Amino acid sequence: MLVVDRIEKQLEDKKLRIGKYEFTSRLFVGTGKYPSMEVMAEALEASGAEVVTVAVRRVKINESESLLDYIDTNKYKILPNTAGCYSADEAVRVARLAREAGMSDMIKLEVLGDEKTLLPDPIETLKATTVLVKEGFTVLVYTSDDPIVAKKLEDAGATCVMPAGAPIGSGQGILNKNNIRIILESAKVPIIVDAGVGTASDVTMAMELGCEGVLLNTGIALAKDPVRMAMAMKLACKSGRLAFFSGRIPKRLYAKASSPEKDF
Amino acid sequence: MKVILNGEPKECPEGTTIEKLFDIYKIDKHRAAVELNLQVVPRKELSARMLKDADILEVVTFVGGG
Repeated sequence: MLVVDRIEKQLEDKKLRIGKYEFTSRLFVGTGKYPSMEVMAEALEASGAEVVTVAVRRVKINESESLLDYIDTNKYKILPNTAGCYSADEAVRVARLAREAGMSDMIKLEVLGDEKTLLPDPIETLKATTVLVKEGFTVLVYTSDDPIVAKKLEDAGATCVMPAGAPIGSGQGILNKNNIRIILESAKVPIIVDAGVGTASDVTMAMELGCEGVLLNTGIALAKDPVRMAMAMKLACKSGRLAFFSGRIPKRLYAKASSPEKDF
Repeated sequence: MKVILNGEPKECPEGTTIEKLFDIYKIDKHRAAVELNLQVVPRKELSARMLKDADILEVVTFVGGG
C-alpha cells in the first residue's frame, strides 16, 4: 500500500465518536440562511458533512414545504439545536420536543445570554446540561471559549463540548487560540469549535489545534458561492487534521536557509 | 369547541384527536412534535389523544438553523 493511501485510510478509520455515534466527517454544517433549499442541498453534499444542524420552530399551518424534503435523513444525521432559547427551562422544553420529533437523542444545546451578542449564558447552559444528561440526551453543548466553563460542562456529563471561535455569524475565526488549547489540554470528551468560522483557514486552524471537529453555518450559507465554499471547508478540515498529526516545526524568530549555504 | 394551536384559536368538532386536527390543518405528523398543555405528547399517542375545549397545543417542526 502506498504511503499516501495508508494515510488516507488512517484518516477515514479514525472516526469521530460522539457518545454512541460515529462519524467519518468532522465537519458539521448548519441549514440556515442559504439563498435557497436547492443551494443548501448542494452545499451539504459538497461539504461532505454527515451531521447537519436544524432549528426547532412552530409549524406554519397549511404550509406544505419542509426543510426535510431537501435533506436525506438516511444520509445525514439530524442534530436539532435549541437556538433562540434564553433560559435553561426553555432549552430543555425545546430539546424534549426535538427528541419527540423523532430524529435522535442528540441535541445541540444552546442557551444564549442576550440578543445583541448571542453569547452563551454559562449558568443557564450548565443547568440545562445537567437536566438533559439526566434525561438521557446526548448533549453537544455550545459554550464560550472559557476553559473553566468548558470543564464544568464536561463534568456535568456533556458528550461533546463546543466552544465558540467567535460570536455566532461573525466570521471572525478563532479569536483566542490559547483558550481553545487550554480546553483541549484537559478535555476527555470531543471538542468541536462551533460558531465564528468565516473561511477555510479558520476551519484548518481549529483542526490544527487538535479539535475533533468544526461546526459552521453562516460561513458557507452566506458566502457568495456557498457550494464552492462548502468544498473549501471540507478540504480545510482534512488539511488541518493531517497537519495536526504531522508534527509541525517549531516557530523560530530568525531565518534558517532551506538550500545549502556552501559549495557554489 | 376551540383549541389554541400555536397561539391561534382554532375551531374543531368535539372528539377531535390530535391526528385529526393535523389532517384538518395539513400538518405532517411524521415531522412534527407536539406539546399539549406544556406536556410533550409521545408520537404514538397522537392518533388516540382526544382534545378538550381550551386545550393549548404547540406544534413544532425542523427548520433551517445552525
